[in-house]
Amino acid sequence: MIAQVTSEGQRRKRIAQRIAFALLTLSTVSAFVALGAILYSMISNGVSALSWQFLSEFPRKMMTEGGIYPALVGSLYLTVGAVLLSLPFAVASAIWLSAYSRGGLWVRVIRVGVNSLAGVPSIVFGLLGLAFFVKVLGLGVSLLAGALTLALLILPILIRAGEEALQAVPMNFREGALALGATKWHAVRTVVLPTAIPGILTGVILGVSRAIGETAPIMFTAAAFYMSRLPETLSDKVMALPYHIFVMATESPNYYKTRNLQFGAALVLLGMVLLMNLGAVTWRARVRRRKQW
Amino acid sequence: MVTQDGATVTARSIDATRDWLERNLHSTSIIETERFGFFYGREQALREVSLGIPIDGVTAIMGPSGCGKSTLLRAFNRMNELYPNTRAEGTIRFLGQDLLKADPVAVRRHIGMVFQRPNPFPKSIFDNIAYGPRVHGIRHRAHLAELVEESLRRAALWDEVKDHLKKSALSLSGGQQQRLGIARALAVRPTVLLMDEPCSALDPKATDRIETTTRELAQELTVVIVTHNLQQAGRISDHVAVLLAGGVLAEFGSTRTVFASPFSEQVADYLSGRFG
Ligand SMILES: Nc1ncnc2c1ncn2[C@@H]1O[C@H](COP(=O)(O)OP(=O)(O)O)[C@@H](O)[C@H]1O
Ligand SMILES: [Mg+2]
Repeated sequence: MIAQVTSEGQRRKRIAQRIAFALLTLSTVSAFVALGAILYSMISNGVSALSWQFLSEFPRKMMTEGGIYPALVGSLYLTVGAVLLSLPFAVASAIWLSAYSRGGLWVRVIRVGVNSLAGVPSIVFGLLGLAFFVKVLGLGVSLLAGALTLALLILPILIRAGEEALQAVPMNFREGALALGATKWHAVRTVVLPTAIPGILTGVILGVSRAIGETAPIMFTAAAFYMSRLPETLSDKVMALPYHIFVMATESPNYYKTRNLQFGAALVLLGMVLLMNLGAVTWRARVRRRKQW
Repeated sequence: MVTQDGATVTARSIDATRDWLERNLHSTSIIETERFGFFYGREQALREVSLGIPIDGVTAIMGPSGCGKSTLLRAFNRMNELYPNTRAEGTIRFLGQDLLKADPVAVRRHIGMVFQRPNPFPKSIFDNIAYGPRVHGIRHRAHLAELVEESLRRAALWDEVKDHLKKSALSLSGGQQQRLGIARALAVRPTVLLMDEPCSALDPKATDRIETTTRELAQELTVVIVTHNLQQAGRISDHVAVLLAGGVLAEFGSTRTVFASPFSEQVADYLSGRFG
């Protein structure tokens, strides 16, 4: 009797396991299918637009011909600018949060603040950038205002990654340095921070991937509909890939004719994200190997 | 100040320090605690510990685990206060000065430490040893190289690593890493060396080398070592302090006397291995 009951129970467990397995497999597969479908439609629609001229020429005839060169360069400027502006603050905050503060009320308040910042919709950053950087600080619609806005957007990402990276450095290292008479700051600078660099780079990768694809934060702060030359100073407007795609897809008089250009530009954007990720990952691997950490 | 033979320099300096102690303080204790107590938050880890660490020889701190050995050791170089919410009471004097009121950074310059688990920095062997001297402002390459060689020799590691000082310290074996830790501490020329169970992660052969090195170092500076290994304490220490549960100092004296005829029954039980 008992034996029967257990074997019935086991049979049920086996079935439950099979169902769970099937569901897990299905959801994994569907994620891949969705990704595949998106990639397929992007590639099949956009690949015909890709050429060296597409990457190196300015758009022509109301964007129905020519390339995306200025948008490509603009996106690069904006993203690199955002990382350069954000990183010092992020690293400083991360050091403070993980090494100096003793975990009191302030730390908790700031941590909640950082986490909430990460959840703010990007259009809000765009409006904030317009109100503060463009108007109050009088920067105008400019490369600088856009980079600053994007810097704010990626700040929480960088802080969180930085803090995690710093906290992952064993307490041992810190103590070893302090026991030799190093000050806290010296220990952070010479032992903790260098060990945390790979982790901080992970944050930079995430930040870059986020910043480069955003349209809303730059729409009112930096982006130009069309420019006949590259930006030369920080107060110039810039074209940017995501905004350029948006404009081609919605505002151009015959947007249906430029489908392949839109998809081509989207492909390039995707390629840039992949390339930057790849670059950062290789760099991180090299640093890690050198540190053996 | 820098000579080829660092050992004689420090050997002479321990003599000078002993003379100074005898003349000025009429004592041979380099560190003295008086009713020293220590708290982690509300938990008391040490209670009214009074003892004097003799300048000569190796002093072992023993006792069952959790009785406050590390806390006492780390009080000597002010490492305990890195944890939040700690509090000390009583006094500790180092060469007659109030250790608890001194600048911790200056204290650690004179009182070095070797940790329980080897903790080389993820840097080259050279940069590990040169770390302390660099902290204290030594930049001159030749001077650093001299200190590195001297320290590695004193820690009995030089012959094994002299041809690859540029290699990562993390590539060394556990025993080598621990001797690297000793060399790293020696490179700032401390007066006292604290060791917190330095052999607990090592095999017998590596342990033996550390013990030999420790004996040799005791000719040149004061060594305080935490160990819960009775045989080890018997082999290497001249003096022994036994702490018991609750952070009470139960016994302090020469190792031979304490081992042969412990004063308290609890210590006798501990030493005979009945608990701990
Ligand atoms: N960082 C700390 N925070 C809170 N309590 C601690 C800390 N370190 C040690 N203690 C407590 O203090 C007591 C003594 O610890 P310790 O000095 O490490 O003992 P031992 O080295 O003899 O094993 C133990 O009860 C331990 O739980
Ligand atoms: Mg301990």
